[in-house]
Amino acid sequence: MSGGRGRGAAVAAEQDSGRDEAATAARSDRAKAEARLGWMLAGPAFVVMLAVTLYPILQAVYESLFKFRLTAPDERSFVGLGNYGVVLSDPVFLRSLAVTTGIMIVTVVIEVVLGFALALVMHRAIKSLRGVLRTAILVPYGIITVVSAFAWFYAFDINSGFVNSWFDWVPGIDENLNWFADTWTSLAVIIASEVWKTTPFISLLLLAGLAQIPTELEEAASVDGATWWQRMRRVVIPNMKAAIMVAVLFRALDAFRIFDNVFIMTNGAHGTEVLSLLAYKTSIGRLEIGMGSAISVLLFLCVIVICVIAIKLFKVDLAGARGEQK
Amino acid sequence: MASMSLLALTACAGGDEGTPTLSWYTNPDAGGQAAIAASCTEAADGAYRIETVSLPREAASQREQLARRLAAKDASIDLMSLDPPYIPELAEAGFLAPIPEDKVEVFSEGVLEGALAGASWRDELVTAPFWANTQLLWYRVSVAEEAGLDLESGAVTWEQLIEAATEQDKLLAVQGAKAESFMVWVNALVASAGGQIVTDPAADSETLQLGLDSEAGRAAAEIVGRIGSEGLGGPGMATADENANLSTFQSDSGSFMVNWPFVWPATVSAVEGGTLEEPLLDDIGWALYPRVTEDAEPAPPLGGINLGVGAFSEHTDLAYEALECIVAPENQVEYFISDGNPPSNEAAYDDPQLAEEFPMAETIRESLELAVPRPQTPYYNELSIGLQETWYPASSVDPETTPVEATDKILSVLRGEALL
Repeated sequence: MSGGRGRGAAVAAEQDSGRDEAATAARSDRAKAEARLGWMLAGPAFVVMLAVTLYPILQAVYESLFKFRLTAPDERSFVGLGNYGVVLSDPVFLRSLAVTTGIMIVTVVIEVVLGFALALVMHRAIKSLRGVLRTAILVPYGIITVVSAFAWFYAFDINSGFVNSWFDWVPGIDENLNWFADTWTSLAVIIASEVWKTTPFISLLLLAGLAQIPTELEEAASVDGATWWQRMRRVVIPNMKAAIMVAVLFRALDAFRIFDNVFIMTNGAHGTEVLSLLAYKTSIGRLEIGMGSAISVLLFLCVIVICVIAIKLFKVDLAGARGEQK
Repeated sequence: MASMSLLALTACAGGDEGTPTLSWYTNPDAGGQAAIAASCTEAADGAYRIETVSLPREAASQREQLARRLAAKDASIDLMSLDPPYIPELAEAGFLAPIPEDKVEVFSEGVLEGALAGASWRDELVTAPFWANTQLLWYRVSVAEEAGLDLESGAVTWEQLIEAATEQDKLLAVQGAKAESFMVWVNALVASAGGQIVTDPAADSETLQLGLDSEAGRAAAEIVGRIGSEGLGGPGMATADENANLSTFQSDSGSFMVNWPFVWPATVSAVEGGTLEEPLLDDIGWALYPRVTEDAEPAPPLGGINLGVGAFSEHTDLAYEALECIVAPENQVEYFISDGNPPSNEAAYDDPQLAEEFPMAETIRESLELAVPRPQTPYYNELSIGLQETWYPASSVDPETTPVEATDKILSVLRGEALL
């Protein structure tokens, strides 16, 4: 657009410089009006966003500088960065950080692979099946996380679960296996339920990426004798890199804030405590507003760090994923 | 106070019907509290109306919600059902409206010792005792007979239970889940061994002293660790709460169980509903909570619910009027029969209806007299979670190290130097 406009202006300048000035002024007026309209349209949403996100964030930062317990309001005292010192040097926090990062990496890796396969299936399915298939794949994503967490919990629970009796032919699984009495088995169920629940989301994003690839490219490759694997590696995946990276980033941020599954299934027992749960337990359970806010602020900083790493290091192009031109 | 209630009255006069509504935040039950609310509303004859609002199921979550609402000066909380260990925290923060002098007498008369202690803070009654709970030892008569244990006469030790279960390859049902119930168990063991988890409950967070690193603490750790590491609690022990315990006890591998009296009506109704076999009922016996050593006193856990009035309520006078109606002994009897929760008032036990519905009523009353409350400190929540963090799972408990670890952890958390 701008290139075309520039060329037009150059032609106009050759013909009549006086007319060009007027045109420039008119265009900038229009640009200004457009910008104003943009602000007016986005403004209310922007203000609401500030009110519901920026204000609580600032309040949390402020509260994190105090030693403040909700049931002892009179003993509130300023401790500066003291809370951060305690949190960052505490093995409980470091372990939660490690567990959270671990869950994030494992779930995202599994989900990208599974999600890509599902996206391919949805993309290639014959027309008459497409609707049914997409709906079926999206069902888990439509279920409320707490509900799905309970469903998985009861399925694996030693008293009410059916998994132990259905899968007792698998080595290591028998009726006496208590999934939620050990770190690794608990984490396995937590990760499995998270993957089940959110793979549809990632496959939906990847499907959008797949749909953007012009069919001519693949056709040309196959005419040239490329195998299915070569077409995937050389044509499809490079062309949807932006979509993949956006899907990974969104899911990574989501997975890092995992709460419901852990809260319902183990409530942090057996070393499965994640950062959100630690923040919840400190500010809501123990009513230690200062210390809890410090953990929340650190959680927020972690999320920003993940964003920065993804955008700078992996060059995630958020605009590209929407099909916009740079 | 007078101007406040006048204000409240005029405010309400503008509303529909002009009858002030009292909100009673109740712990979930089988509907007994709602029934009492209805009958007291009727008895009030237009002076007030009681509406019940349900709190979360877990005691810790109930505390969470009430404390957060009260910290925000929620005026809608008129009456609340409170778990005794959390009362000191709410009282210390000034979240409970003081009991009028003329009502103190009414609420404490004829109340069992343990229940009264649980309703007080710094030697003052701050809540009205409503019902008092205690755990009994429930046993399968067949297992006890084979082991040659005479439980009718009382005086059974954990050692004897462990031996009987090991010999007959049966499971002991104890609360091994990482939850408040685990703390209840440990507290009962420490108390029966003659110790206290907190030696000076009224101290502040900087100076609080724990009594875990002691003979009593080690004796308790010995029992917990042994049941855990020998697998006597079964594969489900690490996640077993009171309900899971009941299923274990009812199964063929059941032997002994420590649990609240709700297990009796639950089992009776399961038999009536056909999910359990009739002969099971005859095979169930009950006795006082087990002791740590033969010459020790049993120290059964104390539970129950006391009723408090919110400090920010607009109708504190009416709320205390309503409380007087709610905690009346006849309502306590009703409640025991409908919900299986034992009365806190001694007089209620004389009701002939009780002995019929609950053959173990006399044992419950005896147990309530011996019952030892959990530590009454404003920092109870930290204490309980800190203990769960260090003593859980039961199989990892070592008498030499666990009590010391727990003491270090809890004290540093209280000083604000560590996370939980």
